[in-house]
Amino acid sequence: MSAKKLVEQALKGEFTYKTLPIAAAIPNPPTSPEYKTGAWRVKAPVIDQNKCIKCLLCWVYCPDLAIKRKDDDSVEVDYDYCKGCGICTTVCPVKAISMEEV
Amino acid sequence: MAQAQRIAILGDEAIALAVKQANVDVIAAYPITPQTIIVERLSEYVANGELDAAFIQAESEHSALSICVGAGLAGARVYTSTCSQGLALMHEIVYATSSMRVPMVMTIVNRALNAPLNIHCEHGDVMAERDSGWVHLFAANVQEAYDLTFIAFKLAEHKDVMLPVSVNMDAFILSHSIEPLTPISDEDAARFLPPKDYELAIDFDNPITHGTMALPDTYMEFKMQLKEAVEGVKEIFPEVVEEYARISGRKYWYFDSYMADDADAVVIVMGSTYGTVKTAAKKLREEGLKVGVIGLTMFRPFPEEQLVEVLKNVKAVVVMDRAYGYGGLGGPLYTDVIGLLYRNGIRIPAKNIVYGLGGRDFKLDEAEAVLRMAAQGAREGGFDTHVQWWGVRA
Repeated sequence: MSAKKLVEQALKGEFTYKTLPIAAAIPNPPTSPEYKTGAWRVKAPVIDQNKCIKCLLCWVYCPDLAIKRKDDDSVEVDYDYCKGCGICTTVCPVKAISMEEV
Repeated sequence: MAQAQRIAILGDEAIALAVKQANVDVIAAYPITPQTIIVERLSEYVANGELDAAFIQAESEHSALSICVGAGLAGARVYTSTCSQGLALMHEIVYATSSMRVPMVMTIVNRALNAPLNIHCEHGDVMAERDSGWVHLFAANVQEAYDLTFIAFKLAEHKDVMLPVSVNMDAFILSHSIEPLTPISDEDAARFLPPKDYELAIDFDNPITHGTMALPDTYMEFKMQLKEAVEGVKEIFPEVVEEYARISGRKYWYFDSYMADDADAVVIVMGSTYGTVKTAAKKLREEGLKVGVIGLTMFRPFPEEQLVEVLKNVKAVVVMDRAYGYGGLGGPLYTDVIGLLYRNGIRIPAKNIVYGLGGRDFKLDEAEAVLRMAAQGAREGGFDTHVQWWGVRA
């Protein structure tokens, strides 16, 4: 079974102890990209690109690699994996990132 | 069956011989009395070129078992041995080994746990790992400890098992006693244990993730897999012991019993004390006392159905524990047996004798007294007390 299918089934609850891989040894890794941890988020960081000075502190500090650095050193949030911890808003020296209900 | 030759050998050395004949690939261990001689001999076998294996002396038992897990996942046939404090230090990895379904054999040379410091025989060390999902086998003598080592590898690596197996032998009483041994031939050993074929082995062409996380939505299902695998060992055990009997002439079973079939009262015991109680029972039978003995070989999984077949016909049972469950209802074997009696509707008196802690001798005349007590319980339909600490100066 593909990793994608395995995670899909697990998330939907469509499994029994007999269909799960033995000993939680997962075939066809990695499966973690299939697990969209962004679903954990309560509030989301929103970047004001006009205020951003491209210092990349948020990119360095993000514990989930959910700040994506672009070629011109501007940044954007990968909402599939951002858990909404808010560290980026705290470290931003120009207060370009705010936590908002989305 | 090749021509068998009887030799005299130290218990620990008999285990080392079995492990060599099992042709293991990796041995990781840390020396601890009274297991030391096992790993000393194995290191000599490797150093002399008699055994082509990696011998790794770890810096602790925690590391030793961790190394074994890694080597086992890599597809190697792995072995380790420890006891008491060493097993306690392994504890965390003991659970990982079974839950990650790593086949492995560990000899536990059962020794009392601190404190007070004591290096002598007691089953308390393995009892702390009772619920870990390992298969636990008990040897009554050196020959059994040797034979069960092969049986343990065969069970552990069976495709429907994939579990670690412990072979328990009494500290000093077996480990440091020279006893007669009839080994199997190297050829028979090789036929009985062909190269390990392990479904979960690491394969660079087909990657697999081990040691994953499972959150509340899947964790119980993975533990259910473990439960079924451990209980399933009871179904696979007969074919394994049958195959071993064909090469060795020695037939093992979930337990050995002595005159239990027509007995009024039976004593259940594990380890070397089985021989003592059996000898005492033989004498009492000559006096006409209808007593029997059960020496349990397989402790986990617990052979409930097989024990029921014997216990449903007796009038009283005495269960002997060389360990204790402090604050509980009694020793671990006793609580298993009274649970078995209750849920199988067998209403007979049962008493727990706790004996031999920290290596205290349990002699023939004491075994005789316990058997007489069992017979009295059968005659009178009850015992004076549930739990008795045998021979404690009070």
